[in-house]
Amino acid sequence: MTEPAQLTLGVLWAGLTLYALFGGADFGAGLWDLLSGGSTAGLPRRRLIEHAIGSVWEANHVWLIFVIVVLWTGFPGVFAAVMSTLYIPLTLVALGVIARGAAFAFRKVGERLWERRLFGAVFALSSLFTPFFLGTVAGAIASGRVPPGLAAGDLVGSWLNPTGLLGGVLAVGVCAYLAAAYLCDDARRAGEAGLAAEFRTRALVTGVAMGVVALGGIGVLRADAPALFAGLTGRALPLVVVSALAGTAALALLWLRRFASARAASALAVTAVLWGWAVAQYPLMLPPSLGYQEAAATPAVLTATLVSVAVGAVLLVPSLVWLYYLQQRR
Amino acid sequence: MALSLGWHIVLACMGVGMPALLLIAEWRAVRRGDPDCRRLIERWARTTGVLFAVGAVSGTILSFELGLLWPGMMGLYGEVIGLPFALEGFAFFIEAIFIGIYLYTGGLLSPALRAWTLVPVAVAGVASAFFVVTANAWMNQPRGFTLDGGRITQVDPWAAMFNPATPPQTVHMILAAFMVAGFATASVYAVAMLRGRRDRYHRLGFAIPFTVAAIVTPFQILVGDLAARFLAHYQPVKLAAMEGLYRTGPDAPLTIGGFATGEGLRYGLEIPGALSILVGESTDTVVRGLSEVPPADRPPVTVVHLAFDLMVGIGFFLLALSAWFALAWWRRRDLPRSRWFPRLAALSGLAAAVAVEAGWVVTEVGRQPWIVYGVMRTADAVNPAPGLWAGFLIVSAVYVVLTVVTVYVLRRLAGGERPLAPQEPEPEPGQVPS
Ligand code: HDD
Ligand code: HEM
Ligand code: HEM
Repeated sequence: MTEPAQLTLGVLWAGLTLYALFGGADFGAGLWDLLSGGSTAGLPRRRLIEHAIGSVWEANHVWLIFVIVVLWTGFPGVFAAVMSTLYIPLTLVALGVIARGAAFAFRKVGERLWERRLFGAVFALSSLFTPFFLGTVAGAIASGRVPPGLAAGDLVGSWLNPTGLLGGVLAVGVCAYLAAAYLCDDARRAGEAGLAAEFRTRALVTGVAMGVVALGGIGVLRADAPALFAGLTGRALPLVVVSALAGTAALALLWLRRFASARAASALAVTAVLWGWAVAQYPLMLPPSLGYQEAAATPAVLTATLVSVAVGAVLLVPSLVWLYYLQQRR
Repeated sequence: MALSLGWHIVLACMGVGMPALLLIAEWRAVRRGDPDCRRLIERWARTTGVLFAVGAVSGTILSFELGLLWPGMMGLYGEVIGLPFALEGFAFFIEAIFIGIYLYTGGLLSPALRAWTLVPVAVAGVASAFFVVTANAWMNQPRGFTLDGGRITQVDPWAAMFNPATPPQTVHMILAAFMVAGFATASVYAVAMLRGRRDRYHRLGFAIPFTVAAIVTPFQILVGDLAARFLAHYQPVKLAAMEGLYRTGPDAPLTIGGFATGEGLRYGLEIPGALSILVGESTDTVVRGLSEVPPADRPPVTVVHLAFDLMVGIGFFLLALSAWFALAWWRRRDLPRSRWFPRLAALSGLAAAVAVEAGWVVTEVGRQPWIVYGVMRTADAVNPAPGLWAGFLIVSAVYVVLTVVTVYVLRRLAGGERPLAPQEPEPEPGQVPS
């Protein structure tokens, strides 16, 4: 029997997954923008990137807001604890979000080369450090370093530690990989075979690199976050295996230039990792001791939120489908 | 927080109002095939694209800041005011999705269908303003929860959302947004007219937004009056601070200007009995003064009082300007001839934005020392973590930079024809260049 708190947790996690899959790829696209080369040589790449994310990044970005809002409504104590203990990385994330969105919009209307270069650089650099700090936040929570209460945890040590850094690096890598894999498909559909080949190489390289980091990460977790390690190798093992298989399959599909299927396989790999993390620490929200049931808001609030989400989804899903459909045809 | 909100609120006003202005222009352009209107639309659409992006990121910062700065309040009351924010999230989704469709993939749709995609944007903009202001109204009139030994035991999120402060505050805010967007857009064309560009394109660019704002203004003043009477019943201390009234009693005077000095207001212009009449239509109406609460429970009187006077003054200034415009239009189907009209109209956008800021100072500073009226003091809500001020300084610096760059980019957008950057291709025909 699922109760409202559990459903809300599921909704929260689904929102986070969608943010990782869509918003994450937008961050990754910004990273590739950074590595696109000089302003003349890099122009075709930057144009492809701008074309791919221009119309959708704002909608994708709303998933972050959705996650924050559902967290504070459904689990207010968790929100307060995370925000107050991890205020340093989260302030940096906030700054990165401002810099990135504003610079991307400004670059679009910038007229002079120096303007476009400056805004482009800000956009691309903030695409690097925003996911990094988000990753450290995930690492801090997962390794049980955020206790309930206001600023009860270590303000620096909670996120600046092996698991936090691993989270940061993985987040950046996953964003870069997802973006490269999606961009192959976008480039091919735009008839840009050369660009598709380039992004294929990038996706393969980052994909393999992420595999290596993830393998090394197992060692890190074992030493630094034993409870998470036990969860991932115990109850969550099936999901971890699915993720590894899907990741390998995605790389093989990229190799074979089956870009559309590679996109789906990559998304599956990332989804499986995220849900693996959730399953590994379930029913805890703030390990080692705060469970989701204790942290949950009163049932009336949860029910009202779930009803709103259900009604909202009826409006949202067709609209999103239309947006992505038009974007693909553009 | 107040800084970020003050910043966001101006962009949010544009986000609420611009889609409606665009919709009116689209309707004209589609119905009459008006080429000047088309050009206006292209300009406004590009500007909206920039403002929307900056509005979206500044709003995101707010949702972070609510937690970063006020974890004490959010940890306890987050669930009580969560529902409107969750609903607002859906409004944002709808807004962001359809603005993306309108701005960037509109070329794939028929012109009429493309114009229709603005309808959800406009509706969702108003809805998001409504939802977020219900949360603020709750801070003024907290309802819908039971507090038991420092823990929330029972919550009725709908009662919290539809509290007594919700009707006056939400309506006042939504009308304010239309005023800001209308006057601000018209200001741009007023400036162009002062520089001698009085062709049809510029006159149309002035007339559409100014008409919308001029229609809204009288209603805004009526709603403001309602809001003040509401305060007389529900938050008398705030009203007393707004009016600088210390003594409780009938025959309460209305004071304009002046400074608070401990037990009275100095150097203000007094209109005897006027406040009693405004509150209860008779000089016998008893209005409660600041002396009813101990000094520790009073907000900073001078700030609240002057901010209120500023808002009301601007309201009447804009009303006069709107009436002038209406008169000229009614008599001659044209803008007023006087050189002073475009000069004053050029200031109207800034004035409306200042009125919004002043209004929020009244609401927020007038509620001090409470963060949740009568329930939680501001001092108890703050994040106790050390070093937060450093983050505050950084955020402030970022806002300064962001303001400068946004103004710079918008000025470039408003000015003359657009040269293409050396590395940019020609825009595709039939589509707003993205
Ligand atoms: C274009 C903007 C604008 C204009 C011309 C006015 N206002 Fe206003 N006012 C606002 C924009 C605003 C606002 C920024 O939107 C506020 C802040 C909080 C709110 O709900 O609305 C506000 C708040 C606010 C409040 C406090 C509400 C509360 O705390 O519950 C009162 C009593 C008034 N206003 C009254 C007036 C009166 C009598 C006006 C007559 C001229 C007036 N306002 C013009
Ligand atoms: C949306 C437009 C808003 C604006 C422009 C605004 C502006 C302001 C201003 C000017 C102050 C006074 C600062 C002072 O006393 O020195 C203030 C105080 C405050 N506001 Fe708002 N406010 C807004 C809405 C909200 C909302 C929706 C919330 C929370 C849900 C909020 C939370 C607070 C808090 C906690 C304070 C007291 C802290 C302080 O004194 O700085 N405000 N706000
Ligand atoms: C505590 C106060 C507030 C919070 C936490 C907040 C939060 C947000 C967030 C997260 C966004 C970004 C959404 C997106 O990506 O599209 C946003 C944008 C927006 N907000 Fe706010 N907001 C606040 C105050 C207000 C107020 C008072 C209004 C009322 C006019 C408002 C109206 C809007 C609108 C219309 C947008 C859409 C973006 C745009 O059009 O520029 N917000 N807000």
